[in-house]
Amino acid sequence: MSKALLQVKDLRVEFNGVKAADGVSLDINEGEFLAIIGPNGSGKTTLLNLCTGYVKPKSGSIHLDGRAITGLMPRAITRRGVARAFQIPQLFSAQSVLDNMMLALAARDGLWTMIRPLGLSVRREEAVALLDLVGLRDDGNRVSRTLPEGHRKLLDIAIALALKPRLLLLDEPTSGVSTLERFTLMEALMSALRSRNITALFVEHDMDVVQRYASRVLVWNAGNIMAQGHPDAVFKDERVLKNVVGVA
Amino acid sequence: MRMLILIVAILAVLAAPLAAPWLQFVLTLAIAKGMAALGVAILLRAGLISIGHAMFFAASAYGVAFLAAGGISDFATLLVLSVVIASLAGALVGAFLVRYRAIFFAMLNLAVSMVFYALFAKMYGVTGGTDGMTIPVPTVFGMQLAEPAFKSVLFYGSVALAIVVGLAVRRYLDSPLGHALSAVHTNEVRLEYLGVPVWAVLLIAYIVSAALAGLGGAIGGFAIGRVVPDFAFWTASGHLVLVAVLGGIGGVPGAFIGALFLELLHSEATALTDAWNLIVGAALIGVIVFLPKGLYGLFARDEVAAK
Amino acid sequence: MNDIIPLVLDTLSSAALIFFAAVGLTLVFNVLRVLNVAHGSFYSIGAYVAASMCFFIASKHLNPYLSFLALLVSAVLVAVVLGPLIERTLIRWTYGKSEAVQILITFGLFLILEDAQRMVFGVQSFYEDTPMRLMGSTNIGGIVYLNYQLFLIAMAVVVLFGLRFLIKYSRLGRLVAAVVADREMAQSIGVDTGRIFVLAFSLGVFLAAFGGALAVPTSGVAPGLGADTMVLAFAVAAIGGLGQIEGAALAALIVALARVLAIYFEPSLDAVAPYAAMLVVLLVRPYGLFGTMTARRI
Repeated sequence: MSKALLQVKDLRVEFNGVKAADGVSLDINEGEFLAIIGPNGSGKTTLLNLCTGYVKPKSGSIHLDGRAITGLMPRAITRRGVARAFQIPQLFSAQSVLDNMMLALAARDGLWTMIRPLGLSVRREEAVALLDLVGLRDDGNRVSRTLPEGHRKLLDIAIALALKPRLLLLDEPTSGVSTLERFTLMEALMSALRSRNITALFVEHDMDVVQRYASRVLVWNAGNIMAQGHPDAVFKDERVLKNVVGVA
Repeated sequence: MRMLILIVAILAVLAAPLAAPWLQFVLTLAIAKGMAALGVAILLRAGLISIGHAMFFAASAYGVAFLAAGGISDFATLLVLSVVIASLAGALVGAFLVRYRAIFFAMLNLAVSMVFYALFAKMYGVTGGTDGMTIPVPTVFGMQLAEPAFKSVLFYGSVALAIVVGLAVRRYLDSPLGHALSAVHTNEVRLEYLGVPVWAVLLIAYIVSAALAGLGGAIGGFAIGRVVPDFAFWTASGHLVLVAVLGGIGGVPGAFIGALFLELLHSEATALTDAWNLIVGAALIGVIVFLPKGLYGLFARDEVAAK
Repeated sequence: MNDIIPLVLDTLSSAALIFFAAVGLTLVFNVLRVLNVAHGSFYSIGAYVAASMCFFIASKHLNPYLSFLALLVSAVLVAVVLGPLIERTLIRWTYGKSEAVQILITFGLFLILEDAQRMVFGVQSFYEDTPMRLMGSTNIGGIVYLNYQLFLIAMAVVVLFGLRFLIKYSRLGRLVAAVVADREMAQSIGVDTGRIFVLAFSLGVFLAAFGGALAVPTSGVAPGLGADTMVLAFAVAAIGGLGQIEGAALAALIVALARVLAIYFEPSLDAVAPYAAMLVVLLVRPYGLFGTMTARRI
């Protein structure tokens, strides 16, 4: 029924002798909303770095749609339809929120014009619509540096969405976002993913969010997958409860 | 309102030589250097400082001299070809340099320009060494003009070119490619993660900046009537950097205003010319220390990961 | 063999001077994280001061051996006067600012210092080779060696190992290492980083000025020396990897060899050879032989 969009096989990488990925294999199927949970420093962000080409693996392979993307640059992998939102928001901090969005949209459509302005009305409308989606509609003219942390996070996610990816990698999308706004954000995000047919993988610490939205959970520990399955099943696993969730 | 001031300023520049004929040369030179500084200012948007752009100014002027010696005498043809030469030189140097940032970029530009200077000063047989080469008065639309007439044509032509170039650069900076330049400075990682090849964005900017320096160099060469290796000397690049920084505060017209101000000061206050580099250096420091707000995001450091 | 030995000697003595020009630059970068574009000016100022002192000694008919002392004293003088003055005012202002600002500020300083030298010392060249003549030459197997060349090589070796020793074993060196490793941490455990910075910067100024002083007897000093030295010093620092002292030593050898080979075989390429060497190294290793590019954490 569903086929693997991203296939990771036997991925290994280490930093100064610490194995951040120790022979990891995993598949992400189309339409999934896959959560990764695990203790801090267990290599979750490294997995995202590997899948997007920011870090090159020592061995192993990554395939997107059956085609190898191992060793490609982040820009090449992005162009193949993988977008990323970051744990620490990566914005163009000196530019306005709207310019951040429009630059992302321009990049998606091909940046190569020196004549037509960035602020074309079509582009502006699409940018505003995306900002509306994450609740930043009124902040368009603010310099992005001046946004509060949680809103910077939202803008970072909106930028990734603007690329119309097939696969979206989210690194702790709800960290820094207030508990109150957390579920509003997740609802908006889920509906955006569904309506745009975007498959997603997200690293998350909030177990409530994981339980409620993930279609599958990977439990990560010390550079490898410790357990995986449907959230309900995974959260019954003794080892998981002890090591990751912190309830014995 | 700004538009109005600008128009008045342009008219004043156009009328100035009628009132004071000696101003014509100074103004032509100021426009030439303003164009080159505009090139440096484009790179400044990306946080890149070139301490070597005078080499493209010189390359183009030498191009004119060589082409003229080779028998091409048409003004427009010489202008276009010399800009092409500067652009090619920019593509060649840029292809190697755009992978570097910050101090490496600045110093490697300086190094390349000093090699250029040394070679052109030494190859006496080809370039005339430190004596340089003469740039003869070209024909304009097939007419051989007397020198004063040509200088007037050059001046009014330069003003027209400056307006066209200024508008074009404004458009460029307002386009996605132009915005991508500032984005290189603020967050290169995000730009890569938008699927943008940063090197291509920078190479285009580098070639454009070399072309602008080249256009300035051709005009400057015609105005002076001679090209010498000193055109490429690093202090000349330093003056372009100062003007570009001034332009960073005043936008595109700022580069021309800055160049004009410096040229007027240079030609008027002859007592100062002995300490000219000292003044330029002090002005550069003064502008950076006391007027930092206008310099785009040059002062903002990248947001480095907090964890 | 008779061709090789002079070539080796020329290379080593030339490398010694180039090393002096570059080591201070790389040292200061290592500690302050500021690449001082005006560094080459300290080399030429050192040369001018040393030449002036030697002239003074000669004109007053003082003991000519004093000119050796003059070489050292002039470098100390330049370091003591200019080092703290410039670090405490301009350089300090740039800490924590973007690299673009640091480049613009030190480049402005470079322009000022170059013109200031012209105003103080004029535009003529100075040659003063008393120390070299005093040392004489040695004739081995029909080849004449200038003892001064050997002296230069010895000085560079002393400085290289002296710096290593200073950084590895002295208290100051350990403090510097702490500041280099983690500035905030060093501050929080009570290291006076301001003092470390001023000392490191002045030491950098001293090394450059001393190099310039040592160069006077062999090649004299002329306007433009500062700019040439700056670019050469950067080439060496870049080849070795910014901040790497041993890298600078090795790179100085490479650059000197390129230059000496050019002088022996194709003199017109003399000025270009160091940059050609730099180009080749940077094409293969963009951040130098020992340099590393640290990736940003995201």
